[in-house]
Amino acid sequence: MLERTSGFLLDERQIDALEIGAAILGTGGGGNPYIGKLRAREALRQGFKMQIVPLETLPDDAVVVSVGGIGAPLVSHERIKEGKEGLRCIRALEERLGVSIDAVACEEIGGQNAMEPLITASAAGLPVVDCDGMGRAFPEMQMTTYSIYGHRSTPSVMCDLHGNVVIFEHAISEKWHETMARACVVAQGGASTLASAPMSGKFLKQFAIPGSYSRAMALGEAVLTARRAHADPICAICESENGRMVFRGKIADVSRTIAGGFVRGKVHLTGFDQYEGDEGSVLIQNENLVFLRNGAVEVVVPDLIVILDVDSGEAITTEMLRYGQRVAVLALPCHPLLSSEAALEVVGPKGFGLEGIDYRPMCEQERERVAR
Amino acid sequence: MYRLGIDVGGTNTDAVIMAGRSVLAGVKAATTEDVTSGVIEAMEAAISKASVERSKITHVMIGTTHFTNAVIERKHVNPVAAIRLGLPATACLPPMVDWPADLRETVGGHRYLVRGGYEFDGREIAPLDTDELDRIAADIRAKDLTAAAITSVFSPINAAMETAAREHLMKRCPGLRVVVSRDIGRIGLLERESAAIMNASLLELSGRTVDAFGRALQAAGLNCPFFITQNDGTLMGADVVREFPVLTFASGPTNSMRGAAFLTGESDAIVVDIGGTTTDIGAIQRGFPRQASTVVDIGGVRTNFRMPDVFSIGLGGGSLVQGTSDAVSVGPQSVGYRITKEALVFGGGTLTATDIAVAAGRASIGNPAAVASLSGELVGEALAEIVRMLERGVERSRISPEPIPVVAVGGGSILMPERLGDLRVIRPENFAVANAVGAAIAQVSGEVDRIFSLANGLTRETCLKQAEEEAREKAMRSGAAPATITVIEREDVPLAYLPGNATRIHVKVVGEMDGVHA
Repeated sequence: MLERTSGFLLDERQIDALEIGAAILGTGGGGNPYIGKLRAREALRQGFKMQIVPLETLPDDAVVVSVGGIGAPLVSHERIKEGKEGLRCIRALEERLGVSIDAVACEEIGGQNAMEPLITASAAGLPVVDCDGMGRAFPEMQMTTYSIYGHRSTPSVMCDLHGNVVIFEHAISEKWHETMARACVVAQGGASTLASAPMSGKFLKQFAIPGSYSRAMALGEAVLTARRAHADPICAICESENGRMVFRGKIADVSRTIAGGFVRGKVHLTGFDQYEGDEGSVLIQNENLVFLRNGAVEVVVPDLIVILDVDSGEAITTEMLRYGQRVAVLALPCHPLLSSEAALEVVGPKGFGLEGIDYRPMCEQERERVAR
Repeated sequence: MYRLGIDVGGTNTDAVIMAGRSVLAGVKAATTEDVTSGVIEAMEAAISKASVERSKITHVMIGTTHFTNAVIERKHVNPVAAIRLGLPATACLPPMVDWPADLRETVGGHRYLVRGGYEFDGREIAPLDTDELDRIAADIRAKDLTAAAITSVFSPINAAMETAAREHLMKRCPGLRVVVSRDIGRIGLLERESAAIMNASLLELSGRTVDAFGRALQAAGLNCPFFITQNDGTLMGADVVREFPVLTFASGPTNSMRGAAFLTGESDAIVVDIGGTTTDIGAIQRGFPRQASTVVDIGGVRTNFRMPDVFSIGLGGGSLVQGTSDAVSVGPQSVGYRITKEALVFGGGTLTATDIAVAAGRASIGNPAAVASLSGELVGEALAEIVRMLERGVERSRISPEPIPVVAVGGGSILMPERLGDLRVIRPENFAVANAVGAAIAQVSGEVDRIFSLANGLTRETCLKQAEEEAREKAMRSGAAPATITVIEREDVPLAYLPGNATRIHVKVVGEMDGVHA
């Protein structure tokens, strides 16, 4: 059993910071966490407790379930959730498996999905583990370190706001689970909540990305502090994340196409300030995937590419990118769990069908840059 | 055939008389508590200065920030029944959940959640719960509420439930003023709902204000129709404003930028408004301000109105100039409105950007002898820094490599050089009344913003065309001359994670008001 006293309780200010940090770690995708923030804030105001426990304090035999929203971000801005979808998911999963869940985990810290575990866990009286499966946002469910390092996410439960409960009994692969879940979401109105098969504390301690909530909140806090001090929020983000600003420029063109429900596109940037005369471009598929300078590949997924409004430091999601916007492009190194050979098969350029582009870790380039 | 343009700002009320594209007269008067007397004063002064016959004034266009200020100051705001159709969806976030507490209290905090609403594909979330509407009607009568706002989930896709609920309520609450969200905003439930509620809360004020404008015009012997400018710089009939006051929320900056650009005859330009402390920079494309992409906050409430994208830098006529010629800094600190006492040329002891402009021979203001002893190097360096700041600001607002002109306006525009990089600089006459000119030249628009499903043989092109047709229809219904209608925004954004290739299409058209061909 988990220590009820370990970790820390969240307050409204930390939720505000988490909203900002999660949007930045969304790397253009993952949906806007604003609605989730409001839900979390309402839960706190109604007296629910949100407890975060450090990953390393998990007992090996702890039963942990990851919970997240699945569907179209735009739908969740219009058809806001009923509120107890996540709770119904974990109760149905407990009943199906005959287990008692000890804690909730996060699938994806980037974007909307940072909030759902907090809301579900607080309603269930459970703590949330300070970790996630992506350290950022990715478009598909099998793109978590949980799935990559061997967790099978079925049986899983998907719930909608009407009270429908769907159990995915068995998927022959993680990709099949994703495909079937995606089809079901559409029938349920385009935005549902899903809880995956439990993971052990032992597995998580080995394969989850640690400290995701602390990291996102520290990132948000750095931005809030910089804004209050009228300092540059973009510098604050780089410092907090050991990142690097790779470009400042104006969006000269955005082209988009859709294929199978995923948006692919390319953003062209014309540099200004110290990048005057340079051309930048970002390849997008729901998230920002590749940054190129004057046609040469420079930053590649799974390293994080963040596009921010140059003045406010606010993260801009891929669907909000517009001709003429003035942006800064930041590159942040990904967690080592995402850059192993096994991980790169799924979340590297090949996993996104980007032919002819190889992953080169940012930190490696950074060392070369410093050496020069 | 003349047009009268009026701008009612927080401080000044301006009026212009225009014939075609020329400004015959422009005057300024103080804005008054009752609004009307200030309008009459400005209008009368403009008419007599232009010496035109009143009967030949065919259109009156008014721009006002009155309704925005009401929300910001929490004044003249009425209680509203905020009704949402969508249960079981949305139960976790009731209406006004993200409003500042004081504004929520001012509008009464009456929130009602009802079964109903639509899915993204048009299915019903639940049938409309008319029994619940009956209970709400009883509560509205018991609380003596005079206005209601109804918001259904996905009403921009299908407005039928909002309309049905409105009819249901109006039968049971005679005299109740009911706003439906579909008429106000776009997809994004909370933002659209908040706008609908604010709109309902302003109906009494908008009725009074429109009546007051009408009386003022009548008193002046003007019997022509009058129009009010909305957020995007286009016109609404007076009766439309009575129903939709929130649509004027962003009209102030829009009129100012459009007016300034128009006075120079340019439809694509960067407008630089240099004041005492800051400089506001925005781009005009095809005669309209480029829109900001982020959410806009009105009195602490998030809305999704489209607002002009204006960017400010800390440079103005009163900016402090500090340091030496090796390391000179200009702004962001400023003497502000005290410039007429504190600047060197006005006998003060502070070196300001205006002093530099005078010392460099760019302008002759105050006493030039007071800056004669400044070192030439310092003046040169400070001037170069001012130009660098302006260049950077303008460069950021530039939307293409095309060499479009820079329109310099405002009291501090003496700081602007004759050229800025590769861009020429224009200084319009009559700038002081640019807002009123912006109102007088306003056009009529039509807009469509909806999700289309590219299935069953429908292509992106056919959907765009259909949206354009609908937008044209809307513009014509608002009085646009069909031959003058052009598309100014056309955008389609595919929706992630939905098969069936759903795409959100936004099309906006504008045209000249029938009978105002310039």
